Amino acid sequence: MSNKRKPGQLNPQNSFQDLILTLQHYWADYGCVVLQPYDMEVGAGTFHPATVLRSLGPKPWNAAYVQPCRRPTDGRYGENPNRLQHYYQFQTVLKPSPDNIQQLYLDSLKAIGIDSSNHDIRFVEDDWESPTLGAWGLGWEVWCDGMEVSQFTYFQQVGGFDCSPVTGELTYGLERLACYIQGVDRITDLNYNGGEGDSKVTYGDIFLQNEQEFSRYNFEIADTDRLLQHFKDAEAECQLILEHGKQEDRHDCVLPAYDQCIKASHVFNLLDARGVISVTERQSYILRVRDLTKACCTAWLDTKGGRA
Amino acid sequence: MSEFLLELLSEEIPATLQGWGVRELDKMITASLKEAGLKHGATNISHSGPRRLTLVIENVADKSPDISQERKGPRVGAPEQALAGFLRGAGLDSIDQCEIASDKKSEFYLAKIEQKGRAASEILAQAVTDAILKMPWPKSMRWGRGKLRWVRPLHSILCLLDSKTIDLEVEGIKSGNTTVGHRFMAPKALKVGGLEDYEKKLSAAFVMTNAKAREQAILDQAQKLAKKAGLQLVEDAGLLAEAAGLNEWPTVLMGDFDKSFLDVPPEVLITSMKKHQKCFSLRDPKTGKLANKFLLVSNMIATDNGKAIAHGNERVIRARLSDAVFFWEQDKKVPLEEMAKNLDDIIFHEKLGSQGERVERIAALARELAPIVGADPDESERAAKLCKADLVSEMVGEFANLQGLMGRYYAEQQGESKAVAAACEEHYKPQGPSDAIPRGPVTIAVALADKLDILTGFWAINEKPTGSKDPFAIRRAALGVIRIVLENRLRIPLRHYLIIEMAQIIEFVHFLGVEKRVHSMETLFSEDFDTKLVSDLHHVEVNKFLSFEIGDVESRAIQQKIENLLSFFADRLKVYLKDKGARHDLIDAVFSLGGQDDLLMIVKRVEALGSFLETDDGGKLLAGIKRAANILRIEEKKDGKTAQNLPDKGLLQEKQEKDLFAAIEQMEKASSKALDKEDFAAAMSALATLKAPVDAFFDKVTVNDENPKLRANRLALLAQIRSATTKIADFSKIEG
Repeated sequence: MSNKRKPGQLNPQNSFQDLILTLQHYWADYGCVVLQPYDMEVGAGTFHPATVLRSLGPKPWNAAYVQPCRRPTDGRYGENPNRLQHYYQFQTVLKPSPDNIQQLYLDSLKAIGIDSSNHDIRFVEDDWESPTLGAWGLGWEVWCDGMEVSQFTYFQQVGGFDCSPVTGELTYGLERLACYIQGVDRITDLNYNGGEGDSKVTYGDIFLQNEQEFSRYNFEIADTDRLLQHFKDAEAECQLILEHGKQEDRHDCVLPAYDQCIKASHVFNLLDARGVISVTERQSYILRVRDLTKACCTAWLDTKGGRA
Repeated sequence: MSEFLLELLSEEIPATLQGWGVRELDKMITASLKEAGLKHGATNISHSGPRRLTLVIENVADKSPDISQERKGPRVGAPEQALAGFLRGAGLDSIDQCEIASDKKSEFYLAKIEQKGRAASEILAQAVTDAILKMPWPKSMRWGRGKLRWVRPLHSILCLLDSKTIDLEVEGIKSGNTTVGHRFMAPKALKVGGLEDYEKKLSAAFVMTNAKAREQAILDQAQKLAKKAGLQLVEDAGLLAEAAGLNEWPTVLMGDFDKSFLDVPPEVLITSMKKHQKCFSLRDPKTGKLANKFLLVSNMIATDNGKAIAHGNERVIRARLSDAVFFWEQDKKVPLEEMAKNLDDIIFHEKLGSQGERVERIAALARELAPIVGADPDESERAAKLCKADLVSEMVGEFANLQGLMGRYYAEQQGESKAVAAACEEHYKPQGPSDAIPRGPVTIAVALADKLDILTGFWAINEKPTGSKDPFAIRRAALGVIRIVLENRLRIPLRHYLIIEMAQIIEFVHFLGVEKRVHSMETLFSEDFDTKLVSDLHHVEVNKFLSFEIGDVESRAIQQKIENLLSFFADRLKVYLKDKGARHDLIDAVFSLGGQDDLLMIVKRVEALGSFLETDDGGKLLAGIKRAANILRIEEKKDGKTAQNLPDKGLLQEKQEKDLFAAIEQMEKASSKALDKEDFAAAMSALATLKAPVDAFFDKVTVNDENPKLRANRLALLAQIRSATTKIADFSKIEG
């Protein structure tokens, strides 16, 4: 099994993985550190500490990474052509946001084959807010011929703290973008590896079973009593770690605490999918996660990474 | 005289803030010019768009006028300190620069201050800088390392007086005489000299700067394309303005979708295309039905004439409409009564429970109301039970603006009666003072029950609207009740129904509400849960959720709430009648009769009273009645007691007294007969018979007779006037 092409030659127009590789190349050339996905379940690429924590404090930071995202409530047992409980985001964060960030973004679209001379690319108002992260920003959803292909946000606050300098965050919805570029209507039909004939591997080949099984787990099996306990445990652990990390003149244990915060957030999402959280309780859970995020952000600003 | 041109170029500004932004700039900058005394002509705020706010001020004077001013100082020989202070204030160095003047009393220093006018460019530079720094964006942001706040990153400031650049710098952004063209089609810098040049060069660089011109361009292109396809544009002013705010060079393209989508209600398709894709719908002018085509507004003249753009949009529209079909099909599988069960999961208000519980109350009240509004009770109850179900439908979850309408479609689909289906849609009406009111009896029963539940509920928990705060649109609900009752000419004793509703709500808050909340806390804190906690929570909850003692519905506190709610209705009715031109004092005069809860009768009384007072007799009688009331007030105060209203016939001395006594008796009989028949005009006519005897009485008879017995009897006569007339209206509330 081999693809007939030269090493290093990428074809983002016909390959999901080449789309990712092309974006990685593009942002690496710009000077970003290209990170690997964070090894925890998150609802959005933003949750990665490379975005949440690094967007706070005065130090410059330019990074790009793919992040698998899990949104249990979006699961459709693999039956909806556009909705998955597990999908990929490509995330770029530039701090401070450069003056030409819009142009940089447009050039990245060009790199993956979207020609702005016969496509209609538009910046449509979209204010972003994450209650669990205590974060908000202003920006747009970026449309290409009416399709939302990215989120573009200038972070104003994270964890309740002002972002200064401001981080510009670009989030590419990879499946949707790939569907657009490949001209495919169902995510599962995407060509994943760019192969033809027998050597072609589709997105569905890899992930359809994943969707079916996780939808079952998320909606039907997940043990809610245990999950409630996990939530409390993660919450307590996070507080414990932060307590231990507190030194007189600094903080020295934030990242492990933030992991617990991510965990609590995911458990909450699972509980939500199981339908055991009422509307009023929902708000209180969100506030509990936000309190953890805020505590982590406060501590982060007292660490080497968060300080001047 | 010069022309001032300002363009603030930024990243894409939300459509709704573009016109607003230019108006704010105009306000701030012209205010600064006024303060500086710089004269100018008209301002032009018609240029704004996705990336630019452009302000033009015509006929700006070259400079502000010189000002010469004399300022009177301290007297000659005043202490050093006073002199120093004066010099500082006048901006002078030495007292020698002052003249000495004198008046009758003394000699004093006089400072002559000459203030040179400032150049327009200097004043404008300051005005623009201030405006940028103080712009009151509803939401603004910082970017990069900067401190400046703008709606989105600000890139350049074009600032010209005629063709000369006004130099200024705001947070590192220097003004200049250049702008840029269309982001994709002509991104190069353009040197600009004045508005005409600006418009011309930008137009050549694919930017229509005038917002209205962009709207017109979209409309023209859209209508042309529609006509060519033999179709008609579904016009939408809001969408048009939004599209004009999203494009610098709007180019309308047509796309189509599969005919099978047309099985879904047209409102769904129109909403989906508009909300998600900002696309216009088209209809067949012959059948009036929606066509399987749409119009999109792109920002480009594409190299392939828009083929790829239209194709891309068609794909997105297809996915969107597929979602809509999915929602439609899914929803149709679930009977409305099944759907309605999920209303239990939607909190209406934490103290008033879920939508499901609310629906139960509305259904019960609608049933009670049905006979009095001429509706079938079973049908009204059924309509009420189904009318909110669509709130939990997939479709309304996606498109909130379709609430009610979807209910109607789904009701029709499952074979409900016409009346029930109509109620599902129309029970939300009227949504405002100009919205149509429901006319069908079943809809009326449900609409009234819905609104009375809101009103009674928020009164029960003491959350009345205050000032501008009315998050639950309680005032609108009250106005809705008023309009439905009056415009359908319904007789409804409101108090009776408010008591029924209040009883339901209190029962709910007492029992269901507490149980439910205790239960949810139970699950939340499951392992720490014990029975003591339950009883404590019970206690806390009850106290928290009830501002009155637990007791029967007739208890005083509840009575008070109902009376208070009725007086809120009175206030809203006043606002309503005032808008219709009725006198607010007449409304007061009727309301203070007390016990008034039939809106239609109140209005009839007000009308009758109004026409009566417009007659000559009416006006004069009013004066007589008021005179009687005034005398009574004064004398009763002196006596420290209320005059009894039964005059002793034997003590009547004068003819005028006797006539008046007889007239009152006569009038009381006639008016009470008329009132029984609710013939207010006749009651007024009866009242009018008092005019002559009252006048004659005040002419000839002295109330404060030396004989205390006569005085008391005459006061009693006046008191009788008061009591007889107040059955019709409280005349003391009437002005004039």
